[in-house]
Amino acid sequence: MEKKLKWTEPDQWGYYGEFGGSYISEMLYPNVEELRQHYVEILKDPSFISEFQLLLRDYAGRPTPLFYAERLSDKYKSQIYLKREDLCHTGAHKINNTIGQILMAIRRGKKRIIAETGAGQHGVATATVCALKGLECIVYMGEKDIERQAPNVARMKMMGAVVIPAVSGSKTLKDATNEAIRDWINHPEDTHYIIGSVVGPHPYPDMVARFQSVISEEMKKQLEEHTGRTIPHRVIACVGGGSNAAGAFYHFLENEEVELIAVEAAGEGVDSGKSAATTALGKSGVLHGSKSLVMQTDDGQVVEPHSISAGLDYPGIGPLHADLFKRGRAKFMNATDEDALKAAFELSRLEGIIPALESAHALSVLGKIGLKPEETTVVCLSGRGDKDLATYMKNMDLK
Amino acid sequence: MSRIRILFQKKNKKVLNVYCTAGFPQLNSTIEVMQALEKNGADIIELGMPYSDPLADGPVIQASSMVAIQNGMTVKELFRQLKGFREKISVPVVLMGYMNSALQYGFEKFCEDASALGVDGLILPDLPIHEFDSYYGAIIKKNNLDFIFLVTPETSEDRIRELDKRSSGFIYAVSSSSTTGSDKDMSHVDAYLKKLSGYKLNNPVLVGFGIKDKESFEKASRHTNGAIIGSAYIKALQQSNDVAKATKEFLEPVLN
Ligand SMILES: Cc1ncc(COP(=O)(O)O)c(C=O)c1O
Repeated sequence: MEKKLKWTEPDQWGYYGEFGGSYISEMLYPNVEELRQHYVEILKDPSFISEFQLLLRDYAGRPTPLFYAERLSDKYKSQIYLKREDLCHTGAHKINNTIGQILMAIRRGKKRIIAETGAGQHGVATATVCALKGLECIVYMGEKDIERQAPNVARMKMMGAVVIPAVSGSKTLKDATNEAIRDWINHPEDTHYIIGSVVGPHPYPDMVARFQSVISEEMKKQLEEHTGRTIPHRVIACVGGGSNAAGAFYHFLENEEVELIAVEAAGEGVDSGKSAATTALGKSGVLHGSKSLVMQTDDGQVVEPHSISAGLDYPGIGPLHADLFKRGRAKFMNATDEDALKAAFELSRLEGIIPALESAHALSVLGKIGLKPEETTVVCLSGRGDKDLATYMKNMDLK
Repeated sequence: MSRIRILFQKKNKKVLNVYCTAGFPQLNSTIEVMQALEKNGADIIELGMPYSDPLADGPVIQASSMVAIQNGMTVKELFRQLKGFREKISVPVVLMGYMNSALQYGFEKFCEDASALGVDGLILPDLPIHEFDSYYGAIIKKNNLDFIFLVTPETSEDRIRELDKRSSGFIYAVSSSSTTGSDKDMSHVDAYLKKLSGYKLNNPVLVGFGIKDKESFEKASRHTNGAIIGSAYIKALQQSNDVAKATKEFLEPVLN
């Protein structure tokens, strides 16, 4: 009999249930295999751990607060906490992963860093750690996203990164990821690819989840201080590729008492043809090196997703989440562009916190899940809304 | 014996494999392109199944794939077009594409249908050894399809031998660690190919990626059984609206 693996632990080939693996061409094999052989050992190395933790504390500003949102709680007649990833340096949870990966790259002797970015948050977080460590940084970004996320493009350039527009395909996150992978194929020796979410070939989904797991590790301690218990009734997080959700769920996955809610972007509506709700619309398939749920045509062509939030505008999800969905460990919901905008205005008015559009998707389900007064719910506030101000200004009438 | 093996046994010159994208330049030009290739001296045809996210391909083949998809090419349509193609084309044909296309068609059915149509082999660069061994390889073999693995200059000798063991037809030596169509210096490629030929593999070796004319074809096949032309031919097709003429003008100087 096979031993029952933990939800968080893929098997040695990188499978979470039926999803995961490493569907890569031979050109990428040495790079990925080298990482696969060494990542666990490096992650367990005490000097790596202390360096990672020191940077999380002194550079990223961790631990991030767990904030009791009183007026929001009053409105929904329940106990709502916000995990303030928006207060991380650079304004989102993405920096947890990039700090971990830059240290990993340095240990592997890599000199050149590449990354893909959608909203620009992961690109900024990568440019930031590259500046910190003095490594060359190249960020691929869809041409369309470069237009809609101009401030983040400027931030990356200011920190010395080279931003290369992805002009193939749909010119968004999916294509930026393709271009980054092609760059990696052409630079097999000196380059480390810092993937921005729990996607890609094994060991990336596991490695990124481990770097992000600091989110739920802190939550447990902070919940105990606030409520006397280390677990909440539920955790809610948005899912693009799924890294903030993986981090927010990580230490609660084995405890089935905790309800986990993942919120995907429905765009203009799940059935509108302009959506990014992968679990609702996707089928099993291979994208960016792993088997997962993918939005695609009957012929297997990957479909162009849509979301008002560039960070959720991705036609797949990480294999961990595909498994949580398939086996029912997490509940998958979705929020439309309009739901997210309304939730963003609501949080701004009630708590004085302007959330990222991505995080607003998570907030928007609070009114739909029948919260009970005694229940504690933690929402992962994955990022701050400064980057989305232009979109918010256009939609002021929605408040 | 497979058509590909017979070819390598009979041919006493270097083997030329030419890549084309199904459904490019027009949806219905697939067979016409294949016929032109055979007529002008291609020994093997590598027929690309267009995919939206072709990670191992460079800009030229990507662009042809996009055009083919917009033309309406799908695996189903391709198999419809290939019906009866063995009456017109006798050189070996291998399908090149990505796992997701075969998975969505249904992997088993994909292999059965391809084989029944007269296709000889498959190149699926993103099908890794572990998945090949645990499931897909047996289905491929059962349907008498050759399976062609890639090797690169970074592939260790041990791994090359593992890949050789699982391959049939030929081994696809990528001439530099690169996506298709990128230009890299051929000089250190020479040393790598010499090393490969020294391994005395079970399968013949064809060199792919970066071959564009007579000179690069001859250089690449000096130590191997032949070479594969891809992007350069697609470029020639892009610049012309006469498939027969473009193919003739492209292949003649390579082979003569
Ligand atoms: C603030 C914020 N939240 C969430 C996401 C989505 O990514 P993931 O699902 O990996 O957390 C992004 C991506 O750019 C982001 O910037």
